[in-house]
Amino acid sequence: MDEFSVIGKSIAMVDAAGKATGSGKYTDDLSLPGLLVGKILHSPYPHAVIKRIDTTRARELDGVIAIVTGEDAPNQYGILPVGHDETALAVGKVRYVGDNVACVAAVSDEVAEQALDLIDVEYEPLPAYFDPEASMKAERDLIHENRPNNIEKDYHHVFGDPEQGFVEADYAAEARYIANEVTHAAMEPHSTLASFEIDPHTGKQGRLTVWSSTQVPYYLQHKLSLVLELPMSQIRVIKPLVGGGFGGKSEVIPLEVIAAVAARAAKAPVKITYTREEVFWAHRGRPRTIIDLKTGVKKDGRITSVACRVIQDGGAYCSYGVVTILYSGALLGALYDIPNIRYDGYRVLTNKPACGAMRGHGTVNVRFAFESQMDEIAARLNLDPAEMRKTNLLKPPTVTVNGLRVLSYGLPECVEQVITRSGWNDRHGNLPKGRGLGMACSHYVSGAANSIIRSDMPHSTVNIKIDRDGGVVVYTGAAEIGQGSDTMTAQVVAEVLGCSLSRVKVIAADTDLTPIDIGSYSSRVTFMAGNAAMRAAEDVKDNIVNAAAHRMSCAPEEVIISDDRVWKRGANSAESDPQSWEAEAASGHVDGQILRGSVLQTRKNEGAKDHMSFEEAVVAAIDLHGGLTGTGSYAPPLEARGGKHKGAGVGPSPAYSYSAQVADVSVNEETGEVTVHKIWAAHDCGRALNPVAVEGQVIGSVWMGLGQALQEEMVWKDGLMMNPGLLEYRSPSSVESPEIECIIVESIDPEGPFGAKEAGEGSLAATIPAISNAIYDAVGVRLREVPFTPERVLAALRAKRGAKKVEMTEGVDPTQPHTFREHGGSLWFRGKGPQRHRADPARQGAAAGGAD
Amino acid sequence: MKKELIELRVNGRTHELAVPSNSLLLEVLRQELDLTGSKRACDDSSCGACTVQVDGVPMLSCTMLAASYQGCDITTVEGISHGGGLAALQKAYGDFGGSQCGYCTPGFMMTVRWLLANNPDPSDEEIRDALSSNLCRCTGYSQMYQAIRAVIDAEKKTTSHELAGARE
Repeated sequence: MDEFSVIGKSIAMVDAAGKATGSGKYTDDLSLPGLLVGKILHSPYPHAVIKRIDTTRARELDGVIAIVTGEDAPNQYGILPVGHDETALAVGKVRYVGDNVACVAAVSDEVAEQALDLIDVEYEPLPAYFDPEASMKAERDLIHENRPNNIEKDYHHVFGDPEQGFVEADYAAEARYIANEVTHAAMEPHSTLASFEIDPHTGKQGRLTVWSSTQVPYYLQHKLSLVLELPMSQIRVIKPLVGGGFGGKSEVIPLEVIAAVAARAAKAPVKITYTREEVFWAHRGRPRTIIDLKTGVKKDGRITSVACRVIQDGGAYCSYGVVTILYSGALLGALYDIPNIRYDGYRVLTNKPACGAMRGHGTVNVRFAFESQMDEIAARLNLDPAEMRKTNLLKPPTVTVNGLRVLSYGLPECVEQVITRSGWNDRHGNLPKGRGLGMACSHYVSGAANSIIRSDMPHSTVNIKIDRDGGVVVYTGAAEIGQGSDTMTAQVVAEVLGCSLSRVKVIAADTDLTPIDIGSYSSRVTFMAGNAAMRAAEDVKDNIVNAAAHRMSCAPEEVIISDDRVWKRGANSAESDPQSWEAEAASGHVDGQILRGSVLQTRKNEGAKDHMSFEEAVVAAIDLHGGLTGTGSYAPPLEARGGKHKGAGVGPSPAYSYSAQVADVSVNEETGEVTVHKIWAAHDCGRALNPVAVEGQVIGSVWMGLGQALQEEMVWKDGLMMNPGLLEYRSPSSVESPEIECIIVESIDPEGPFGAKEAGEGSLAATIPAISNAIYDAVGVRLREVPFTPERVLAALRAKRGAKKVEMTEGVDPTQPHTFREHGGSLWFRGKGPQRHRADPARQGAAAGGAD
Repeated sequence: MKKELIELRVNGRTHELAVPSNSLLLEVLRQELDLTGSKRACDDSSCGACTVQVDGVPMLSCTMLAASYQGCDITTVEGISHGGGLAALQKAYGDFGGSQCGYCTPGFMMTVRWLLANNPDPSDEEIRDALSSNLCRCTGYSQMYQAIRAVIDAEKKTTSHELAGARE
């Protein structure tokens, strides 16, 4: 089947109108009668024992309905079964500045905030750990008592014979790379609304409904059940529109549990929405990572061995940490052909907000190191970096040395595409000083082949219901977070059924209505929920086809459904008389109504015919079967689930996406400023089901990588974040964002839905090394620490000239708060005052007048 | 805090409201008038998700006192649809992928609408410059430029048709 009517065409997302008009509802846009506001009291200390919490004064405040603390819900939870180390609110001690201590439910923001000030907490500060390498040596005052040396988890993997590989190498490069901490900074701050119903039979608090900004409604339902000691059947999680996730909403975030605990105590619905500063504390972003990497190669650039030691600064809780540290090692494989790998990974606890999953989970920082080192080796051996990558390609179908199965592999074409488009062969190494080109590649999983909670459960299930009017309702647990999963689902179903997209309505991510889907993370939705949707549509289509065959007196194999029309293969009117078809389709709506009665009877009496409308076929099927529903599910095949070694569960995927990129940059040698002019990004997504959405995902990934490469960084001082605001965190604005050209490569995966693979994450990892390699091409300095700020670029340029190192920030730290009290919880905002929209004439006036 | 009576004109309708005098315009729009299209994202007027137009000028409602804007004409994203359907810009944002998660989209609508009202034929540089008041975390802005460019081109075509029609 090469001709598609719905997929492969660029279409607006099915929820686009609600977003453009503001009528679409996100969690914070929702309200209920009697709704209370929840506000959380956060820890001012990075590590301290809670001696006493006294809420008496706060409770006396008019308008305070309930106050909850750790004692109200002491059950531990965590996203990973091996990492149940969090509680809704701190029990016994706090582990980072911003840790959750108490929650007030009150009638207004104002009252709730006043109440927070009236809660008396007595702390006994403990020594705190901020540097992972120091933390690994800790023997007392451990962050979690059951984690010796503050090591959450360490893995030591050997595949092939790495030592022998280095012996066989003609050259080996070895260096340390550092990537600093970044966070998702999704535009929508996390928000949760929790409400209990009263059980009519007991007269007491009954079922809980939670609306939340989550990528994982079913995990949320599961963790709420653990914490609240309620059966999952008594908890309904609904995901409204989500304003971006990038991994930051892919696990249970403290406010989601706290809102439910507070609602239980207040006996009224409670909504908590984080402030932007709280979003930074909730974090779960990409950890600061130290990578010691050694790569051995033959003279021609062929890799013989890789040894990689990774230390991740994981923050105070496990979160996804064990998975992150495993991804860092596992995805050394499946991009290039590497015969021997040694990997030592350490996930370390520190007294900072917990790191978790962020776009390109676990792979991004190691990929930066790897692709940079390849470039260094190519320069040293006088090889073309593009050629060196071609030398090391995989030969699929294959299983890598660490047990990853690779079927479709569009990387060779991706590399060729960016070579051609960027003019690589003429321009690389030949541009004037200060300007350069750099290349890098990356890849990512299309969903994890093994789910977090090991079981035989399918990872995705989709149900379909079709009514007599020909309306198709699809129920999927997959969480639309802006990536387009609802649109993808509608497209796949419409394509399989042969009906128009406008007939298909998607109901998603409501645990009462939709069948289970493990969530929107690890780029799994198109591949897995897409496959489930395809199977559900095929299931229901069988019934339509059988009924239509019966009505047209032909074999089911002869029935064709396409573009809302059903006909017998070879029927004249199918192709020869499109006008009569149009007329029939135009009157179809009226027919659809009348068909339920007399006309249907008339048609029946007319006897066999050779074509009918989609509605007629649907009505026939319902009359025949008494109902029209279908279901389909997807579980990754056994052969894609990886090896048997400890930690083998993470890394395997049914399919991998591939990306190659070239960045064109210039470097100002006076200021150290790096300007990216353009990035060419070729991405193998298997098949682009909706090209405009694929381009959006690829460009968005590259852009986010660019932010991490040049300017984004969480800055810490004694466990206190110094830049918890959107202006200070420096997410790139439009003037800092270069043109990004997306080139879609379609390798047509044998197991993906219509051949599709992931598109939303895989491109990110290549961007950072592509820029770093371009900086090398431009000015000959090698930057081994991300982000490449002007300060770091200048330092590298000075070092190259042999000039003395200058600490640019020495003695000019204007902030210097040592405690949270001095910090006041809102240091940056306090000094800054409101900004004005750039179009606001008052801003121009203020600028001219010199004061705002 | 004691409430005071204020009168706000929003999307062509006048509302009489009793709100505390320190109420922010964004809070009043979202909580009192249920106009939740304008979003809260940064709390400190650095991201533009709360952008509304006050007498045609985009302003950041998350740090404006509601009571100070009595007598002004306030337009929110709910007030820019065209005849009950999508305005050309709103349609184009969908068609070209200008919004993904959509949380920043209402703010961009208000900024771009102002740009095109004041400069119907902006250069790429001017578009880029105008958009810098608003942050988006999904798109990298590229597809927004395509959407805006498409609206400008369509508008130009209509105008030249109209001119041709007028000449005849």
